[in-house]
Amino acid sequence: MPTLATENRLPSPDDFYEALIDTHRDLTAEQSGMVNAKLILLLANHIGDMDVLREALSHARKGV
Amino acid sequence: MLSTYGYPKFPYLQTEEQRTGVVRRHPVVVVGAGPVGLTAALDLARQGVPAVVLDEDDTVSVGSRAVCYAKRALEVWDRLGCARRMIDKGVVWNVGRVFHRNDQVYQFDLLPEPDHKIPAFINLQQYYLEEHLVAEARKTGLVDLRWKSRVVSLDQRDGHATLGVETPDGVHTLEADWVIACDGARSPLRKMLGLEFVGQVFQDRFLIADVVMKADFPAERWFWFDAPFHPGQSALLHRQADNVWRIDFQLGRDADPEEAKKPENVVPRLKAMLGADTAFELEWVSVYTFQCRRLERFRHGRVLFAGDSAHQVSPFGARGANSGVPDADNLVWKLKLVMDGVAPDRLLDSYSEERVAAARENLLNSTRSTDFITPKSAVSRLFRDAVLDLAGEHPFARSLVNSGRLSTPTTYAGSALNTPDTGSFAGRMVPGAPATDAPVEENGQPGWLMDRLGGRFVALYHAGADPVPAETAARLDALARGRIPFAWFAVTDRRREARPNELVDVNGRFRERYDATPGSLYLIRPDQHVAGRWRHVDAAALAEALNRAIGR
Repeated sequence: MPTLATENRLPSPDDFYEALIDTHRDLTAEQSGMVNAKLILLLANHIGDMDVLREALSHARKGV
Repeated sequence: MLSTYGYPKFPYLQTEEQRTGVVRRHPVVVVGAGPVGLTAALDLARQGVPAVVLDEDDTVSVGSRAVCYAKRALEVWDRLGCARRMIDKGVVWNVGRVFHRNDQVYQFDLLPEPDHKIPAFINLQQYYLEEHLVAEARKTGLVDLRWKSRVVSLDQRDGHATLGVETPDGVHTLEADWVIACDGARSPLRKMLGLEFVGQVFQDRFLIADVVMKADFPAERWFWFDAPFHPGQSALLHRQADNVWRIDFQLGRDADPEEAKKPENVVPRLKAMLGADTAFELEWVSVYTFQCRRLERFRHGRVLFAGDSAHQVSPFGARGANSGVPDADNLVWKLKLVMDGVAPDRLLDSYSEERVAAARENLLNSTRSTDFITPKSAVSRLFRDAVLDLAGEHPFARSLVNSGRLSTPTTYAGSALNTPDTGSFAGRMVPGAPATDAPVEENGQPGWLMDRLGGRFVALYHAGADPVPAETAARLDALARGRIPFAWFAVTDRRREARPNELVDVNGRFRERYDATPGSLYLIRPDQHVAGRWRHVDAAALAEALNRAIGR
């Protein structure tokens, strides 16, 4: 059964992070919220594995 | 005044040119006696070139400025014969820790590999570094240090530059074949040439406090996001020489610098951080903001910009002095070959091309660190805090935590001076890469590969367990008799012939780090960067690579 990968898989984490923040440039808080929601849905569909997604959902909620 | 350091006062002396009024032409005038200008002058002296160094002040860097010197800058100074005293006086460190509130989220070791002569980093107050470089420059007898000498005009024509220099005795004129402008972030020379210095201005203010204390903190870099003793803001702790500790506090955008600097505001911050029982003495306080910007090109005719005058970065990552020193390293050998008529003038354009590429890399990294440390929007802050929250438990998030990507040397990957690979090699020693170290034995004496590289081109022929073929040796010897300064070494697995140019790869690090097999050959530039490499020596290809590496 596949599990959530939490080791780094990004060849250049800094490239990704910059692109992520750039995507939100000049957006209002509401617009940013919408971008984030769509991003999560897109990535969830790409992952396509309910067990992995449940694990990610639970990690994300932890401590909040 | 500092309690641990007394500033030297260097004497202003009237020169013969001033007395007689006869204008002299100097081969090289360096403007600015900071770490970069002094390094350039020292490197020129090591190449036998006299240099006049002009500085508007008459002492070393005042206050708390550069702190961290990275391996590559130290290797440059080691090549110039003056790193040992810096390393001995400084605080050597390899480990950094990153905290979020009370918890450590991340820890790194900058030099996980054994068998390097030079450590990953030292911390040393800039004034010690400059004082040492001044002493070294004086010892050469070739560096003419002129204090209280401020450049007030610059003009280029007829193949030279003319400088107006203001001293306590008035303004006089100097001529120079070449000018190296190391006159800092506010470079007057840059303004005299009307050059644009474009980039990003950051609004966040930071407070620097140097304190003297006897503390048990290890010699490591400690960085806090949302520090428990400084809520909502970051803080950085570094240990320097003489039990002086450097602390940087983020103040935010709206802080009043004059208020923030007052001891009644600084001391409570420090007590909160260091604990109420820790005795300390405040040595220095200042507030700074920073900018990330650069010149489009670093060469303008006979004026070559190096260091902060050419590129200014944020302090996160220690990329200021650590990128300025490699500017001097890259420039001086090229200048010498052009001055001697060995290399064409365009070799100096490659200085700009290679060091602009380095500045781009440094600016990219330091801007990214700044954006992570001081998020510019609510959503940027949200992602930052989410990363920090996940980093304690999930390794991937640690890779995203950015408290400063610490200075590493630039590989001149796209440089026209490189000869592209024809053979296939693994590892990091690609054309354009800074050479890496390995322990070697020479004439029965233990030493380091880096000590044999630099100042001239060096070919490293990996002989392995075999003797060097007579024909190969003859061809390499022939190259060593050419006009381009060149030497070669045979790297062997074990001591064989005790030839004077034999380096024994005592524990196989050379073979491993250079992916060398018997017959492999590396060509290393005078600034210790790889120019080309081959699986099997081809004397014609090597000669061509040498020519290419000097812009011919």
